[in-house]
Amino acid sequence: MKPTPFDYSAPGSVAEVLALLADEEREAKVLAGGQSLIPMLSMRLARPGLLVDITRVPCLDRLYVDASGALHVGAAVRQSRAADDPAVHDGWPLLAAAIRRIGHPQIRHRGTVCGSLAHHDPAAELPTAALALDARFVIAGPGGTRTVGAADFFVATFQTAVAPDELLTEVVLPPRAGDGWAFEELARRHGDFATVGVAVTLRRAPDRRTVAAARAVFCGAGPVPVRLPAVEEALTGTDAGAAALDAAASAALAGLTPADDVHATAAYRREAAAHLLVRACTLAWERCS
Amino acid sequence: MTTYLATPDPATATHAAPPPLAEPSGWHEIRLTVNGAPVTAQVESRLLLSDFLRDRLRLTGTHVGCEHGVCGACTVLVDGEPARSCLTLAVQCTGAELRTVEGLAPGDAPLTPVQRAFHECHGMQCGFCTPGFVMTATALTEQPERPDAADVADALSGHLCRCTGYRNIRRAVCQALDERFAGGPAGRGE
Repeated sequence: MKPTPFDYSAPGSVAEVLALLADEEREAKVLAGGQSLIPMLSMRLARPGLLVDITRVPCLDRLYVDASGALHVGAAVRQSRAADDPAVHDGWPLLAAAIRRIGHPQIRHRGTVCGSLAHHDPAAELPTAALALDARFVIAGPGGTRTVGAADFFVATFQTAVAPDELLTEVVLPPRAGDGWAFEELARRHGDFATVGVAVTLRRAPDRRTVAAARAVFCGAGPVPVRLPAVEEALTGTDAGAAALDAAASAALAGLTPADDVHATAAYRREAAAHLLVRACTLAWERCS
Repeated sequence: MTTYLATPDPATATHAAPPPLAEPSGWHEIRLTVNGAPVTAQVESRLLLSDFLRDRLRLTGTHVGCEHGVCGACTVLVDGEPARSCLTLAVQCTGAELRTVEGLAPGDAPLTPVQRAFHECHGMQCGFCTPGFVMTATALTEQPERPDAADVADALSGHLCRCTGYRNIRRAVCQALDERFAGGPAGRGE
């Protein structure tokens, strides 16, 4: 099938983007890489009256590390550019690893980091990585610019804190401070959406023997990325040994409430998630600096 | 008789008036480069790049399979990087440099090393998916350093061959890489 007719505009500033999104006559959708939106248009699951292409706005194309050491990824930055950037590779390897699990290179060359976050498929890799990395989201709207934390950004499947007349202009990732990391997922084929997956970060205490801080976030386990404090508590203060990993896996089994679908039952997802968690924690612990 | 098609040669393809389609919403003039030739065209916002190449420019070497980004048959190079032309709107390509399979060895020009490798290794069965594979392989050979076996597998995973001719396809890609990066570290990848 082909998309229904729509108009297209490629403005040159955020102010112009917002003016177009404020159109009350017709539904306007933001177009960046289009790797999720265009199939939805072609299948006529989405029928917007106007597409606002933000990739020509110069300030949205920025990828940089600021004076405080935080990484800024602008709304028009493509996934492959972010994954291949040396600063991202060194400072936020979890982000690069999550991106490399998205689709295929042919998709990542056009898809954007912020586009995937704003689209918010709960089985997608980037929302989970963003929550694990404590991302902040900068949202421009008619009333000015506001910043939303990752915990409040993801609202429900395909739904975020970004209102229809607002634009996610950039995602900001704080410095990682030597945390170990891992992103593990189970997918039926390489490049598919995850049946279930997990992002883990671990920080060693000054004595290097115990876990000072842990974070575990699951994808494919609910309508939003699922962070499990019980798993993090089971790991914190331990030596990340077999007993601690067992406790963490048990906490994941108890805490996750995924849905059944055609790809996997909830029980299978829980079981797989617990195994992936153990593998991810082991890797993350080895990667602590 | 009304003709809806542009002239076959993209170098001379200009479209003074949009074709008279039923829903004339959101027409735009786009200027881009296709296989080295400048192209100016009037396109509807919703026209997919794959349809623009095939139906308007008559570059039918770009094949359309699934039309929602799964199969990879429609892969072309956009500013040097492989991308799904069915997941790209023609109107997004203003200012872009596109390359399709027709641009590799136009006319009587000798086949490129990638095309020759696909021929010699029989990296095709029915041939439907071949243009997409060839464009992705071409991009691999144009990288500054030899991609490793994992990168090759990752790139090829973006294409489906329903004849399952992957083994020879991978052999062809490795042959082309061997030729391009003589003495490279990854060998034949077999």
